[in-house]
This record gives sequence, C-alpha cells and structure tokens, in this order.
Amino acid sequence: MSEARGAAVVIIGGGVTGLSAGWWLARAGVDVLVLERGIVGWEASGRNGGGATHVYSPFGLEEQRLWPQMDELLGYPTEHQPFRIGVALTETQLALARRWAEIGELRGFRWESLDRRQIKELVPIVGDDVVGGTYLHFGGHANPQRTVQAYAWALQDHGGRILQHTTVTGLTVRGGRVSAIETSRGTFSADTVVIAAGPQTGIFADMLGVSLPLAPARVEMIATEPIPPMRIGGVAGNGLYGRQTLRGNLVYGGGPHEWINVPDMAAPDHPNTPLVRNLARRLAELFPGAAHVRVIRSWGGVVENTPDGLPVIDRLADPSNVVIATMSSVGFGLSPASGRGISELVLHGKCLFADLGALSLARFAHTPPDWRERAGWMAADAPLVNVR
Amino acid sequence: MTLDARSLTGKAPRPERHVPLIVVGAGPAGVAAALEAARAGVEVMLVDEHPVDNDMMAMDVPLYFGGRMDPAVRNRALMLERVVESNPALAAAADAGVDVQLGTYVWAAFIPGPTSRELDTPLLGLADDRRSWLVGWDRLIVAAGARDVVLGFPGWERAGVMGAGAAAALLTRYRALAARRMVVLGSGDLGLRTAALALEHGVEIAAIVEVGERVRGDDKLAHELADRGVPVLTSHTVRGVRERTGEVESLVLTAVDAGAKPVAGRERAIACDTVCLAVGLAPSVELLALTGARLRFSSPLGGWVPEVDASLRTSVPGVYAAGDCAGVHDGMLADADLAREQGRVAGLAAAASLGAATASATLEAAPATGEVHGHWQTWLRSLVNAGGMEVNICQCEEVTRRELVETRPPRYLVWSSPQMSARNLDTLLRDGPVNQDQLKRLTRAGMGPCQSRRCREQVGLLLAQATGGPIERIPLPTFRPPIRPLPLNVLAPADESAAIREDWVSWFGIPTQFSPHWDGAPIDEPTAHTRLIVSDE
Repeated sequence: MSEARGAAVVIIGGGVTGLSAGWWLARAGVDVLVLERGIVGWEASGRNGGGATHVYSPFGLEEQRLWPQMDELLGYPTEHQPFRIGVALTETQLALARRWAEIGELRGFRWESLDRRQIKELVPIVGDDVVGGTYLHFGGHANPQRTVQAYAWALQDHGGRILQHTTVTGLTVRGGRVSAIETSRGTFSADTVVIAAGPQTGIFADMLGVSLPLAPARVEMIATEPIPPMRIGGVAGNGLYGRQTLRGNLVYGGGPHEWINVPDMAAPDHPNTPLVRNLARRLAELFPGAAHVRVIRSWGGVVENTPDGLPVIDRLADPSNVVIATMSSVGFGLSPASGRGISELVLHGKCLFADLGALSLARFAHTPPDWRERAGWMAADAPLVNVR
Repeated sequence: MTLDARSLTGKAPRPERHVPLIVVGAGPAGVAAALEAARAGVEVMLVDEHPVDNDMMAMDVPLYFGGRMDPAVRNRALMLERVVESNPALAAAADAGVDVQLGTYVWAAFIPGPTSRELDTPLLGLADDRRSWLVGWDRLIVAAGARDVVLGFPGWERAGVMGAGAAAALLTRYRALAARRMVVLGSGDLGLRTAALALEHGVEIAAIVEVGERVRGDDKLAHELADRGVPVLTSHTVRGVRERTGEVESLVLTAVDAGAKPVAGRERAIACDTVCLAVGLAPSVELLALTGARLRFSSPLGGWVPEVDASLRTSVPGVYAAGDCAGVHDGMLADADLAREQGRVAGLAAAASLGAATASATLEAAPATGEVHGHWQTWLRSLVNAGGMEVNICQCEEVTRRELVETRPPRYLVWSSPQMSARNLDTLLRDGPVNQDQLKRLTRAGMGPCQSRRCREQVGLLLAQATGGPIERIPLPTFRPPIRPLPLNVLAPADESAAIREDWVSWFGIPTQFSPHWDGAPIDEPTAHTRLIVSDE
C-alpha cells in the first residue's frame, strides 16, 4: 500500500459522527484518516429517520445554525429541509409534541399550535381523528444516505483520507498514549485517536482499560413507495419518527427495540422482524389518506445507548491522546455540530461553542458492571435452534 | 430482574397457525415437494401467489408483465379457476391432504438469530389483497421459480414490452395475454420456447431477434419455428420502440457487426404490439436471501443461487431450495421433470428430517450447461451501442445508464456543484470495490416500487462493463421485507397485541434521553430508574 502509515488524527469509525469530525478537521487543515470496517455510513448512520431537531442538546443551537448551510459547506446535497410538524392523535401525544416545541422556545425558537383544520391543510393525508399538533419554525430533516456520503467526499476534498473495508483489531498504548492502531490492513500511527465506532465504541474503550457503559439495540423502519410531496415533509406523530422524503416516500420508524449482545455485532446483520407490520399499522393510523400506499422496504439498524441515553463526548485523561464519541443512538441530526465539537476537543482540548459537561464520561464512574441487568437492557437467551 | 417494558421482550407475535412444512411455489418443483412430504404423512401447506392481483401485475411484480394483461385478470374468481385448471397436479396435492393456498403472497421469512432473539419460532409472512398474517413452520421448502432478466432500450417503458416469464404465465396459467403480434428478443431455448408457446395460443410471431451470429437454442425447435414461417434475425439488436398513445406500435432493429456495433443503414422497423424479452431468467432468490441462506454465483445456473447439498438443504437449518430458484438453465426449461425430481428430493428430505419414515433420496449433480452472463453482456453492449446512454436503466426512479455510471444525484434535486461533477464511478472505485447497494443510495437506481425487479440485473451488468470486472465480483444487492410491495393497510396486523400498543414509544423511552441538558438547562430530575443504573452509590 502506498498510503502514509498514519495521520495526525486517526478516526475509528466511518459513521456520521466520525465522518463529520473528520470533515471539520480536514477543513481546518489537519491530516486526518478515517478507518471504516465496511462502507462509509453503512450502519445506522445511513439508515435512520433523518431528523434534525435536537434543541434539548448542548449541540442543539449549533445543529440549528449549521443545517441550512450544510449543502453549501459540503459541496454535496444533503436534502436538508427546514421545519417540522407534529401530529397528535391523542391528548398524550399532543402533550409530547408541545413539550418538544416548548424546549425549542426555551432556546429562542418560534412555534405554533395547529388545530385540526390547519393540520389537514398542511398534511392532507391525516384523518378526522387528529386532536391537534405543532408547527415548529425550527428543526428539519435530511437524507442520511446522501449526507454520510457528502461528509466522506467533502472530507476527501479537503485532503483527508478514508480507508474502507479496514477493521481495527487492536490499540497499542505506550507512555500513556495510544501509539499504534492495528488493523486488518496493517498498523497506523496517530497523534490523536478519535473513537466514534457507534455500538462498538465500548469495545475499543475496553481495549484501553476504560469503562464506557453502552448497550446495543436493534431498531426498525419501513419505507413506502413515493406519493406526491407535501408542503412540509417533516411530519411525524402517533409514536413514529420519520419524514416524507423529497422523492415522496414515507419513511418511518418507532416502537419496541431489541437489546442485543455486544459479541453478536461481530458479523453485523440487520434483520427486520414482524414489527414492520406494527409500524405499517401506526403509519396507516397517522395517515389514513395514505393507507393504500405500498410498503416497499424496511431496515433494521443497530444503535447504542448509554445508561442515561445521553452522548459521551470526552477527551480521556489516560491515555491522553484519545477522544471518545458515542451519540447514544441519536447521532445523525446532531452530526454537523457534534463533529465540530469533536474537532475542537482534538485541536483545543475543549469544545469552544458549547459546554459539554453533561456528556462527560465521568458521570458513569460509579456505574455498576451489571447495569444492563439492572436496567432490564439484556438480550434474550440464545434462540432455539430451528431443527428439532 | 427488571424488564424494559419499552423493548421487544416478550412481545413476539403469535403466528396464526403453525405448520410442520411450508412449501412456497406451486410450480412443478413445489407441487412435487408438497406431494411427496404429504404422502410421507407430514402436514404440508403449499403457498402460491398466483393468481396475482391486477395492481401487482401493473407494477411488474413478480414478473415483467409489461401491461400486457387482458382485462380478464381483474376477475379474481375466473383467474383462480384458470390457475387451478392449468395445473392439474394441484388437485392431486389437495387430494393427498396438502393445504393449498393460492393467491397468497409470501412477503417475508423471519428466522430467530443472534440479533433477533425475541422470535420464538421461524415465521413466514403471508398476505392476500386484503390482509397479512404470520405462519410458523419447522421446515421450509422454497420453490419460488425464476424472474425475467430485463434489458432496456429506448421506449422500453411503453406498454407492450414484457418478459418471457410473464408471457408464459399469462399464456398458460391465466390465459390472459393481450398480445396479437409479438417480437421475441433472444434465440436461446427460452426465446424459441416462448415463440412456440405464443404461436400455439394464436399470437403471431413477427420475428425472433438474436444479437449473435447464429441461433443459440435447440436446432429442432428452431427448424419447427422456421417451418411455421417465423423469421429469425441474427446479428441484430434493438434501436428502440415506436409508440402510439403509450403503447408499442413497432420495434426498430439494426444489424450489428461482430463487435455488437450497429451497421450503418441496416435498420428496419417491425410492426408489433408486444416485444418479449427472452434473453434470460434469473433464479428468484429473494425469499432465500431473507432466510439468510448462503448464496453463490453460478453463471450456468442463471446467477446467484443458494448453496445446497445433495438433499437440497440450504445453509440455513430447516430451509430447502428446489426448482428454478435453485438454478435455472435450458435443461430445466426443456424438461419439467428435472424440477419435479428436485422437489421430490427436497420433500423427502424435509419429511425425513421431521421424523417421517421415508426412503432417502439424493440428487445427482445437475448437468453442466454453458455460462449465460457473457451473452447477456453482449446483448447489453449492443443495446448501449444502438440506444445510447440516455436510456432509463431504472424505470421507477427514472435513472439513466449515464446517471448510474456517473453516479449523478437524482434529477429532482436539481443539484450541481463542481465537487459533485468531479465525482463518478471511477472516483468511487478508488475507495473500494463497486457495490450496487451503494450506487442505489447515490443514484436511486433500484429504489422504486418494482423493488428493482426490472433493473437489478441490468444495473449489475452495466456496472461490470463500466468497471471492467466480472459480474460475479459485484455483490448481490440486498433484499428487504416485504419482498412484495404491500399496502400499509394490508401489512398492518388486525390483531395487534395490547402489550405492543400500550408500551409503544417512538424511541427507547429512556426518561433522560430527550430532556434539556445544555449548560444551565432546566434538567429534569433523573428518575429512580436512571439513578439506579447510572450509579449504585
């Protein structure tokens, strides 16, 4: 191989968070190398709801500031569309939608209540059972598949490198620093290592003797054939997240997740389960006017969660040249901002535009090793073998 | 132990019923498998999607019907009658106690695995035009047949351009092919047999077109057709379709040289209402792929086929494959007994594994036949030479050949940038081997409602040409459920459990996950549950 055997910053994981961090670093002129086990954005980064409305997060304001500029900054299309509509079929759903809106208001964003008539005007496929809803003059959505590729290409345009089909197998620590990254394609060196490997981030933390409590889980989505585009595609409700894509497909997920074991992620497969039927039912309830529309695909994705469901974005004390980044299952929408934050952690030792105190690893210093059992976040026992 | 009420734990759906053996597909292989197992005393369900609903046919699912259905296909009762009449073995199966379910789609197989442990039994997703349901099984024999291989040319979106598999189904099973004058593309056994079958049913064959220098199929068949006055045009390819009000009116052909390039001034138009693509068939492996069965590439068998042993067991315990879906070639077309024998072997093996006392049977290795993809590539090369790169390769999403190999974003984005213009298949290849799924995401070729039935093979073939590599190096694009496009209100379960409904959340239901946590935010008090798992102090 002719490539240089290392970089100033090596990022483990070509998901949306690692790619964004790599892009921000490359933009800043840093020599960056992303190592990806498969193809960039192939896992949950490229298969998710595409929502970009996370104002409750310390990255929230920067997320809102950056998304409208992303196409231009990257030079490639993300299909970002502004605004969100929340549709409620029950009073409980309405309270949830309003709470989301009110958090936005706390951060200075505008929103409105919608009555049934207003919702039907904006979203003609809803039914007469709509209780009410919200119109957010903030937030939005984008196309995950297109966006991950945009980050990857833009990173390369700024001189960064990506090695796909390269599995990291080990980390060598010497003198309190990670001195070498062993991979299926040889050993690489780095001044700083960013671990942004999604559900596998905990495995790499383990290699460094650092305990990062993470539980992987499988979640599912369905996609329909396209229908005529509505004025606002970012419509969700009835316990579903998702959007109408610019092409017109209805793409929605939600409902029960299945906790899985860390070793079972070695050979990733993403099965769907009969849950796709329940998703179809929820979607038909949300949009009775589209109940005849055909489901043409479904996906299963594996995501990770920390015990409190919040990200861990932190620079380790020991080894001293490692940044850990897991978004705790909510990574796509925040990626413009989280990547920037991570790049600043690498370059300046801290995030300059937001206080990431709530995302520190230290909050889990006393988390018991059996936390998954305590939480009930365990995978079921091995399935029965099919053959009697 | 605590239970996460928001998780799938304990919520696996109850199947409507459980059957020891399900056979999918009531062609020669499937019926033979079902009969054999039933005679051995096994309770068998035999499922077949025919008669397929008109709306499904209009989407070219499961075969490339090309809008050439007679309006009679809307009469479901009549079609059911004809499907039964045309397949006398069905009656024999029913007499032997097989539970025969016609007009029933199989849209998914769900098998418990390392990351789907909540399922307690393997399931099959079934549906008709009104509802869907789940059936549990111990053994599954997939005899799903083969699909039409489709190659496009200017105007192939018009009604009247169809596939040989669809033509055969409409002629024999449905007796509802609305064609009067047909041009058949391809002179292999598939093309010759399709022409003969159409003639037999009163369809005029205007010509058989072959890109190669000589007729590829069986000599005897070719002579019989010649005797009946069917012209064969060798060293010809398609320039395009002339249409009137969206329907095929004539087909424009051009002679090609040995390099599959058009010969100037050698064009001719043939009046016809139907163009039947009979270049090849591909095994229908979508259901097998969903079971997780290992697939391998074998050009003589039509492409990606399941790995099977002499008892036709796939790599997945309890799952068998028989008939065309396990490999399709001219021998299978010529003699349905080959498929029957495969079905018999699979049926016996499945019955024996369920404890029935049966004679064991194994299969001799299939007769070796020639590879087919080289010929398909010649066809495609000639069509590209004659029709150009501005032809849609994906009808549903309107993606042209050029847009595919230049990895253009879809036109509706109206996007251009210097960076995007600098990206193409070559730049993508610098980052890794070509992957059809990745190109799907970037260009949308293969993302439409026909579920890539009309473009899967031609996209693979064109990518192989564009990258100069062999077709088998291009990984098989994935299949996802539902493998038949089903309406939301058909897929939706009528019997949704209370547990699913009551504990439904859009995302995990971790109390602190979406609470404000920016610096100085009014952070919600963590619940006792969160405190417990975050810290045991």
